Amino acid sequence: MLKTPYYARRHFLIAAGLSAAGASMGGVLGAAEPFAPTDTMRGGSNNYRPGAPLVDKLGEGFVMAGRVLRAGDGAPLEGVRIQIWAATTLGGEREPRNHGSVLSRADGTYSLEMPQIVPNFGQPHAHLAYDDAQYQTVFLRPVMPSPTDTTLSADFILAPA
Amino acid sequence: MRTWAVWTALGALMAVPVVLAGLSPLLAYRDAPYIAAGLGGALALSMLLVQPLLGLRALPGLAPAQARMAHRAIGLLLSAAVTVHIGGLYLTSPPDTLDALLLVSPTPFSVYGVMATVALLLTATLVLLRRCMPLTAWRGIHAVLGLTVITGSIVHALLIEGTMDTLSKITLCTAIGVVALYAVAYGRLIAPRIRRLRARKARPRP
Repeated sequence: MLKTPYYARRHFLIAAGLSAAGASMGGVLGAAEPFAPTDTMRGGSNNYRPGAPLVDKLGEGFVMAGRVLRAGDGAPLEGVRIQIWAATTLGGEREPRNHGSVLSRADGTYSLEMPQIVPNFGQPHAHLAYDDAQYQTVFLRPVMPSPTDTTLSADFILAPA
Repeated sequence: MRTWAVWTALGALMAVPVVLAGLSPLLAYRDAPYIAAGLGGALALSMLLVQPLLGLRALPGLAPAQARMAHRAIGLLLSAAVTVHIGGLYLTSPPDTLDALLLVSPTPFSVYGVMATVALLLTATLVLLRRCMPLTAWRGIHAVLGLTVITGSIVHALLIEGTMDTLSKITLCTAIGVVALYAVAYGRLIAPRIRRLRARKARPRP
């Protein structure tokens, strides 16, 4: 049986053609920034308590994590304070024990272990803030796909203030 | 027998979702106002099942005057439950509640809750204006507002992840939808025409 090598197969050729076309268009469309600044989400700042203390963790069983990058070139940002709060098994979003801050690591990642997030106002969600001088303020309100999830991620791409 | 069956089914459809909401594990993580708000919402939803049937005087074992009184009482209780629902939510989180009322909330279900609340307020106003318009016009407006309350409430409830148990909530919402369609389509559009036709036939020609 005749076997066509992978590089002569129709789907490979089509894919290669499309990639080449995409790459050549990239030069034109490349102006659309790959690391555009993250927009503040609706309701993101609700029940914000500025200056949440830096903590090792707020509890156990749930991990909020993500990355902090610089707008434009996507360079990881170290030592950026991310404030996190959510309704958990400890209580609602206004419960002080549900508020804490962490600093991003050298690779831009941050994470906070906390009690399980529970549905609040109809959706299981967390709140995060970047609210310091160096970059523009961003408030996030990511929603968990399922209330039984034990992790949630949210990335910050920050633009200089 | 039929009376007993109808009222048992109605009672179960209305009570089970509220009782299950009262047993939700989420209540352990909530303060009193938030617990009251959730139960107020569940109670309000369950009242929407019986309300159109009372309005139609379609329930067995109730004299028309009793049905009318009950319809009015449930109307008042429904307004009270919605007040507790929104008031409790406001005490729990003012910014989230204001966002919802101002239609800028990130949650997709808020706008349907507000839609139902506005239609309920308009219905309450309409009740005060009963003597200001002919009965047929009043009934038409009441039916449209009632359907808006029910449609808004069903979508609102179904999209929420909260204290209500999913299966009993879907069952209740389905029953409310069927009853509302029956009340408006049959009770207010078809049945009156059949009655009129029969009355015309029964009348001896001059």
